[in-house]
Order: sequence, then structure tokens, then C-alpha cells
Amino acid sequence: MAPRLKLFLPLILFVVLALFLFRGLSLDPRAMPSALIDKPFPSFTLPALQREQTLDRSLLLGKVSLVNIWATWCISCRVEHPYLNQLTEAGVHIVGVNYKDDSDAAKRWLADLGDPYSINVVDAEGSLGIDLGVYGAPETYFVDAEGVIRYRHVGVIDERVWNSKLAAIYREIGGELPQQLAEASP
Amino acid sequence: MRTLLGLVLLCYALAAAAVIETYEFSDPALEERYHALSQELRCPKCQNQNIADSNAPIAQDLRKQLYQQLEAGASDEEILEYMVARYGEFVRYRPEMGGATLILWLAPLLLLVLAAGVAVAVVRSRRNAAEALSDEEQRKLQEMLEREQDA
Repeated sequence: MAPRLKLFLPLILFVVLALFLFRGLSLDPRAMPSALIDKPFPSFTLPALQREQTLDRSLLLGKVSLVNIWATWCISCRVEHPYLNQLTEAGVHIVGVNYKDDSDAAKRWLADLGDPYSINVVDAEGSLGIDLGVYGAPETYFVDAEGVIRYRHVGVIDERVWNSKLAAIYREIGGELPQQLAEASP
Repeated sequence: MRTLLGLVLLCYALAAAAVIETYEFSDPALEERYHALSQELRCPKCQNQNIADSNAPIAQDLRKQLYQQLEAGASDEEILEYMVARYGEFVRYRPEMGGATLILWLAPLLLLVLAAGVAVAVVRSRRNAAEALSDEEQRKLQEMLEREQDA
């Protein structure tokens, strides 16, 4: 190596390091891709929350669905609840999975805050949660009409994240919004 | 001395109490594998703890799964496969070699080779610098020596 070039070695090393660190600023160390992307939604046989009925994965076939993992002990779920109501009003098909929760408390919650779910699966033991790779609520799985998981969102769904990211994914997997989404009140 | 011993034993007691629930195993060998596997599996929620150390609800659930599967006679490979199928390679502290994890396994080796290469290059260039004088330097040296002799 030419001696002149050697002098620049520390600078080059610094620039490379700085680039990596700069990239690191915008990375989320907690982001964990789901192992179930492009895999069929796991099969399950679990009771429904609000009626006497046994549900299985066939309820996800035929149309694009959002499967929302929620519980009354989950504070972030309360935060996203109003926006889920809005999505349902706009025609999004949302299936709830009431995860490791008390069913009576869950029913009260839906009576008080509105019910955005077309139907709710009771996963009292968290067995469906484990099959899905759920590690905390809220999580939302985007399932296409064939019952295949196409995307997982961890955390709250609000207007910002829906408009910036999730709406495009929803449309890409064939989801439709029959009604215009209501503008959030300022 | 006795107090010290007591303190040391107490530390062990605290470590043992860190995991809340206890499982009764039908075979001590299963219990050993339970401990080994729960150290090996990473908690998906609290990402820098294994499921043995974590109190997160998901870690409790995974410990329960682990216990049930061990008692049901699953092999270590089957259990790890089960976990990886749901939570990805992420849940293993020693992920399978290949694909995205290849760089994890190879990077230390590459760095070692690189460092050895740099070390060899540095040592060699030093030795060369010490041995070889340029023609100009050789001539000057000769002059000095001659002057010395004349004087």
C-alpha cells in the first residue's frame, strides 16, 4: 500500500464505523420477524367469546383478515381499541384472539368500548399464542384469503402506522376498504 | 470462615429461588435436560435473558411447554424445532449454522484471520525496514566509516 494511502486508513475506518453506527440509530433491536410469515395460520379448536360455538381456522378462509391478539390486562390494547373500531367501520375484517384473559372482563370491555371484532377466539391458556409465536399483546397478524399469514405487526395500530405502512400491506395481500376511513378527530 | 461459607451458600440459594415455579419430574435425567434447555432458549420478550432467568409471562409459558414436552418424551431436537418453528432461530442462543446466521458463526474466524494477516504484514515490514538500506543510505554509511578511519 502506498504510504500516502496508509495515512488515510484511520479516516477510512472511522467512516465505515460511523456508517454502521448511523444505520444502527434507525434499527429497532427488538424487531423480531415472525417465523410464520408465508405459512398457513396454525390450526386450532377454541371456544368463541360471546356465544356457544367452537371455532377453528376455517373462519379465516375466504377473505383477508386481521387477527388481533388482545387482553384486558394489556394497556396498549386499550390505546389501539378506538382505531380498531374505525377500521371495522371502514370494512376491515378483524378477528380477535382474547389472549390469556378473564372472559367476563373481556365481555365487559367490549360492551364498554365497542366491539370491532367480527368474532373473538378465547385463548385462555395461550396455546394458540404459542403456536403463533406471540410474545406480547397487542400483536396483529395479516392473514390473506387462503388463510396464510403474510405479515405481523407488534404493538399498537394507530392512524400513523396504518397510513404509513399497514394500509399498503393490507392492500397488497388483497384487502379492501369499502368505506373511506374516518379522519381521526384532531 | 464460617460466615463466608454461609454467605456463599446464601448466594446459591438466591439463584435457585430466581425461578418461581417448580416442576416435579418423573426422571432426574429429564430435570437435567430441562435446566440445560431452559438456559439455551432465549426469551422472545426480554431479549437478553434466557427463559430460565426471565419472569415474563411468555417465558413461563415456554417453560411449561418445555416441561410438558420433556415429560411426553420429546427429544431435545424435537423441542428446539418446535420452538424455532414458532419463534424463529431467534429463540436459540446457539442458532443453527446457515443462511442468515452464517455471518454470526464465521465473523470471529474471519476477524482472527484478518488480524493474523495484519500482524504478519507489520512484523515483516519492520524486519525489512531494519535490514535493507537504500543505495543512498549505503553510500552515506560508507562515507562516514571512511571518514572515521581517516581520522
